Amino acid sequence: MINTDVVIIGAGPTGLFCAHQLGIIGLKCEIVDNLDKIGGQCIELYPDKPIYDIPAIPECTGEELTNNLIEQIKPFNFNFHLSERVQEIKNIDEKWFLKTTNGKEFLAPNIVIAAGVGSFEPRKFPTNSADKFDGDTVLYSIKDKTIFKDKSVVIFGGGDSALDWAIELSKNSNVTLVHRRDEFRGAQASVDKVKELQEKNKISVLTKCSIKEVKGNGKLESVEIKDEEGNSKDIKADYVLGFFGLIMQLGPILEWGLNIDKKLIPVNTENFETNKKGIFAIGDICSYPGKLKLILSGFHEGALAARGCFKYAKPNEKYRFEFTTSSKTVKGRLGVKE
Amino acid sequence: MAKVTYIEHSGQKHEIEVANGLTVMEGAVQNDIPGIDADCGGGMACATCHVYVKDDWFSKLPEKENGEDDMLDQAYQPNSSSRLSCQIIISEDLNGLVVHLPEKQV
Repeated sequence: MINTDVVIIGAGPTGLFCAHQLGIIGLKCEIVDNLDKIGGQCIELYPDKPIYDIPAIPECTGEELTNNLIEQIKPFNFNFHLSERVQEIKNIDEKWFLKTTNGKEFLAPNIVIAAGVGSFEPRKFPTNSADKFDGDTVLYSIKDKTIFKDKSVVIFGGGDSALDWAIELSKNSNVTLVHRRDEFRGAQASVDKVKELQEKNKISVLTKCSIKEVKGNGKLESVEIKDEEGNSKDIKADYVLGFFGLIMQLGPILEWGLNIDKKLIPVNTENFETNKKGIFAIGDICSYPGKLKLILSGFHEGALAARGCFKYAKPNEKYRFEFTTSSKTVKGRLGVKE
Repeated sequence: MAKVTYIEHSGQKHEIEVANGLTVMEGAVQNDIPGIDADCGGGMACATCHVYVKDDWFSKLPEKENGEDDMLDQAYQPNSSSRLSCQIIISEDLNGLVVHLPEKQV
């Protein structure tokens, strides 16, 4: 079990800057995120899109912003726990016990929820018939590509993941690529490669089609697809793969006894504490009168929530406000040599 | 101002007056119409404000911009009449617009 002052849920810009503020005031934290990388929506939804409303930064991309925030908290050596979702929380003796999907455990007097619109999860097939094969022969990510050797694999999607896996698996498997329209949104080089493989009969490509049903009695046998006119046909399949990007889901947060209003967590604007003592919510997930869903608002909220955490982390100490420009203590925490 | 009719998957209709300059997504969110999530807040970075626009209105809407179809690939059950409602900006020309909401967004 990891003991710390604060567990931050969400490694987006808001969570990262809150970590910075915790470091500045001398608190320790651990950061958990369900994505396999740091940056939240900035890195997952718009890594290359320019952002124009970060104070004092006229223009930067989601990726640049993320990298700068990571750089800014380097002096504190905080741990990141990626590809982990906090699954349950429990109150134990005035502290919060947290457990992740991988069984990692934390004990801390404070939790800061900086979870945006929720954790990113793969979008699944819209048919219930896919559920019973989910994780077995109906997959939304690939951990071990050797399982597909000499098998019939039907891949759905039109982005880079779908194209890249279609190309890769066509070496050793019988691949069919199905997409809802003629155009693919993946990199042009991948689109060209798929066309080339299609001409060589290494990949079958079916466009303007979508999934109707997954069929099989106990074992996956085929997948039924339909075109825009509603005509359908079966394709033999040992595996069905779906690459439709990620959706955001609040998930377990809904079960923690927090007040929730329209998928948002109401907070006070003094320290962004929720209805639960020691649980704070900042960034896109919190709501209060006048709330703006801007990154800069998340920074402000994180700075105040960090101070809110102080009194539970160090009940016998008084928090003193200090400037980074003048405080020796703060400079020491940042590792700045004078 | 334009009157927009939002029809939920269940058939439930909502007729709303939406001010010019707002998007069809904002018209729904501001009036608490269920069925439009708009997770990313209108940045064309998710696909949770997906609507279907039937032929007669579809052709009257301004064309999709670069990237909208890419996002729609990631929507729940998109088809040829799919649009992202955050990309449809209300004007007098759209008075009477009817949009159909999918069974769900995520």
